[in-house]
Amino acid sequence: MEQIIIFIILAVLGYTAGTLAERKHYRSIETRERRYLNLPAVTTKKESFKESEVENAILVSGNAVISLDYFKRILAGLRNIFGGEVVSYETLIDRARREAILRMKEKAGRADVILNLRIETSSIGQTANKRNTIGSIEAIAYGTAITLKKT
Amino acid sequence: MILTNIESVPGKSIVEHYGLVSGSTVRAKHVGRDIMAGLKNIVGGELTGYTELLHDSRQQATDRMTEQARQLGANAIVNVRFATSAVAQGASELYVYGTAVRVE
Repeated sequence: MEQIIIFIILAVLGYTAGTLAERKHYRSIETRERRYLNLPAVTTKKESFKESEVENAILVSGNAVISLDYFKRILAGLRNIFGGEVVSYETLIDRARREAILRMKEKAGRADVILNLRIETSSIGQTANKRNTIGSIEAIAYGTAITLKKT
Repeated sequence: MILTNIESVPGKSIVEHYGLVSGSTVRAKHVGRDIMAGLKNIVGGELTGYTELLHDSRQQATDRMTEQARQLGANAIVNVRFATSAVAQGASELYVYGTAVRVE
């Protein structure tokens, strides 16, 4: 009986706190993404600027570790029985990647473009090596920030 | 030391290649952080401790790589790549590699 009560409390706590945190995080991601609209990050290695116009080029990177809440983990566990799309993991990975890209852009300073953007993800944390569970996920984004000479 | 993850350093030309340089570090998280992360696992959200830990370790791996390149006499590393692998429960290896070159 006690175990069931603890389970319910954790699930409710996870659901409310998790949902609130996710909404807040998405709002913050969207505002910051608008702020960095003038700093595009592209996956190509060449852009339409002349080599002579380049002032400097540096490697920039950003990372974020995001964890799933208790309620969503249960939902995802149930999903494993029936199969299909696991929306709770999708938002988790989406948040981690977008946060990583934003942190990378923050480090780029007054650069004009980020070339060859690469994103990698890896699962870490306590549950990293257990089968069928993603406790938390790390996303790292990196690229070459190019600053052009101002004329 | 200039680092890029494209084939060249824009605005400069490569005059000499020195071959592959790499740096790696294996890090485990400490118990305090693990407990905090355990609590955070209930409510979800960002695990700041892990983010910092991984960032610092990656920085250390990069430093080792640049040190190796400096000894070779290079002044830039091109085509830098990051890789992460979980070697054991609770520990992960962060690996950085690239090609050391001299640019002018």
